[in-house]
Amino acid sequence: MTTRWTRTPTTAPAGLFPRPVSRALGWITLASLAVLVMFGLGATPPDAIQGDAVRLLYLHVPSAWLAYLAFGVTSLASALYLWPRTRNIAYDRIAGASAELGVVFTGLTLVMGSLWGRPIWGVWWAWDARLVTTAVLFFLYLGYLALRRVPGSEEGNAKRNAIAAIIAFVDVPIVHFSVTWWRTLHQQGTVFNPDLNAKIHGSMAFTLWWGVLAFTLLYVWLLDLRYRLAVLDDGLAGAELDLAIAERIAADSPAREPVAATVDAASAARVEGSAR
Amino acid sequence: MSVVCLRSVVCLLGRFPALTGLDLTVDEGEILLLSGPNGAGKTTLLRVLAGLLPIHSGTAEVLGYDLTQDRRGARRSLALVGHDTGCYDDLTVIENLRFAARASGRSADAVAPVLERLGLTRLGGVTHARLSAGQRRRLSLAAALVRDPSLLLLDEPHAGLDADGRETLDAVLAAAPGEGRTVVLVSHELERARALAHREVVITGGRVQSAAVPDASEPAAAASADVTDATGSAATPAPRVTLSADVSESPDVTVPR
Amino acid sequence: MSIWSEARLVAGKDLRIEARSKVTLTQVLPFGAIVLLLFAFALDPDRGILTKAAPGLFWVAVLLATLLAVARAFSIEEQHGARDALRLSGLDGGAVFLGKMGAIAVELLGLELVLGIGVVVFYDIRIERVGVLLLAALAATAGLAATGTLYGVLAAGLRVRETLVPLLLLPVLAPVMLGATRSFEAALGGTTSDAWPWIELLGLFAVIYVTMGVLAFGPLLEEV
Repeated sequence: MTTRWTRTPTTAPAGLFPRPVSRALGWITLASLAVLVMFGLGATPPDAIQGDAVRLLYLHVPSAWLAYLAFGVTSLASALYLWPRTRNIAYDRIAGASAELGVVFTGLTLVMGSLWGRPIWGVWWAWDARLVTTAVLFFLYLGYLALRRVPGSEEGNAKRNAIAAIIAFVDVPIVHFSVTWWRTLHQQGTVFNPDLNAKIHGSMAFTLWWGVLAFTLLYVWLLDLRYRLAVLDDGLAGAELDLAIAERIAADSPAREPVAATVDAASAARVEGSAR
Repeated sequence: MSVVCLRSVVCLLGRFPALTGLDLTVDEGEILLLSGPNGAGKTTLLRVLAGLLPIHSGTAEVLGYDLTQDRRGARRSLALVGHDTGCYDDLTVIENLRFAARASGRSADAVAPVLERLGLTRLGGVTHARLSAGQRRRLSLAAALVRDPSLLLLDEPHAGLDADGRETLDAVLAAAPGEGRTVVLVSHELERARALAHREVVITGGRVQSAAVPDASEPAAAASADVTDATGSAATPAPRVTLSADVSESPDVTVPR
Repeated sequence: MSIWSEARLVAGKDLRIEARSKVTLTQVLPFGAIVLLLFAFALDPDRGILTKAAPGLFWVAVLLATLLAVARAFSIEEQHGARDALRLSGLDGGAVFLGKMGAIAVELLGLELVLGIGVVVFYDIRIERVGVLLLAALAATAGLAATGTLYGVLAAGLRVRETLVPLLLLPVLAPVMLGATRSFEAALGGTTSDAWPWIELLGLFAVIYVTMGVLAFGPLLEEV
């Protein structure tokens, strides 16, 4: 992956950070991910109980953290958009970009958890409170992204998206508590055995923390890239709009001459037709 | 005092610029005719005035409310007669009108006189689904009148009405200024509409093409000839109003200025 | 007019339309009933699974019927530009929310009553604690109607409304599904103390979403 395309300053879209910062962030992210791979696959020992499957956790735990971070940012940005004093379309773009990353990383978390669960628990899926909550979260924000794809006016969509994000966010703690009650009131314990967690120390703990750091950097970097893409998208829409206004005025200008009334009607109809 | 004041209004339908920098002023008690080809933006303009569509840029004031800040403020004092009735299929004419009246804070007592004025009394118990197209047009107008609006926005109200219905409609429009209503009317029945209107504004390509008061320096000579005709006939509604008095039974019908 | 009389006006309008069109009665209710029948095909009725799973099956049927009831409640506003008329009326957004929610809740309660009788008869159920059952049903129905109305207006006027609403609504309703099922299980066999936390959860859910609906409905109705 390269940031070469941002080299021409006149066409570069505004991002969350200045371009040099973003580019540096990209390299640092890639470097820290490389370090994570080295530690995760090489420098750490296999787990006494889990064997090599433990290495999946170096990706699983950071991406679960990212999922929650991303949805938190989506909610915060949505609230900032709804608050009249801080209303800015940038917050809508951040909310959307963050939710996309959140859904991707929630999906990764579920897939990696499942891959890890198969050798460790012997099943692809367990009805554990954390798993169920994460799955509900995945669908909650999948719906939010589907809503974001619906075309409409910029302001109207942004407001609707922000309200939907808040509604979904409010549901998260309720889902968490209800699922936890459900799985703990009637059944004994969860599959997350405290003994397993207690064994994580030394180079393994370092790798886990390093993974969280590297993934957070990855998130910030991707968020900035996705944000730039959203700005470009909106810029394209704005340019198309200016063109459409110019065309519409140009198409109707012959009407100032009375003889051209029928031509005018035809061109107006054409403009209307082409807009559908 | 102006009831409507728009400056350089741009309105987007999705990404389509339906209004492209429109200026318009409507005075209190005026009957304004909007004309122009299909797709010119007349319906969009009415919906902007009603506060149903947000404006993208420009300034807009309706009944003293700034539409860029508050699109809902003016709503209780205006009514829009559009292509749809805004009524529910499974409710009767009376039920629909009662709901319209009470929802806008008026008493349900307003319904009976309006029914009679529009010749709908016999249809009071018929559900909306069973009404003909022409009857629905009358119901649209009735639903607007039960709200006793200060600003009446009409989108091709003549379409689909029979001769009797047109007479009734014209009577209602002619009486409007005397009842304290300002009217903005979109119509393709130009002869009929021009006879009622005080002023005509031609819309093309989402903006005003020519003002009503003809200007000698304006190159659109033929267009202004039409407009002169419209302004000239503004005085003619007088006989129409006397004719309408027995239909409308409205005591305060006065000859519009 | 106060917010309550405005809400009553809207609810009265919706219920009058239902009384005349009978869409919920003749379409949504039979739909819920056939879902209950399908469960019997899917789960062997001879092994007592139906009886054991009855609370969950009942609420799944109600949940699916809720989707239809919400779709119906907003399709009547789409005909003949009624939504524009509603916006132009000047009615308070919160009042419209409460009115539409109230009408949906009344329809759902009727539906639950009939489906409940169906479950008792066909799944061989004995109800131990009627009070717990009623309380849980009321709280759950309030939550269902509030979220349904909120997401109904969120997607109103969108071309993908029919497919979008279930995707948005069902994950949000996960806690209601859990709470209603657990408290019904308690009402059928467990103890009252088993049901209380769940009924409280259902009540909290309803309060939160009614509040959000009252606040957000007006702005959402404006978006085109």
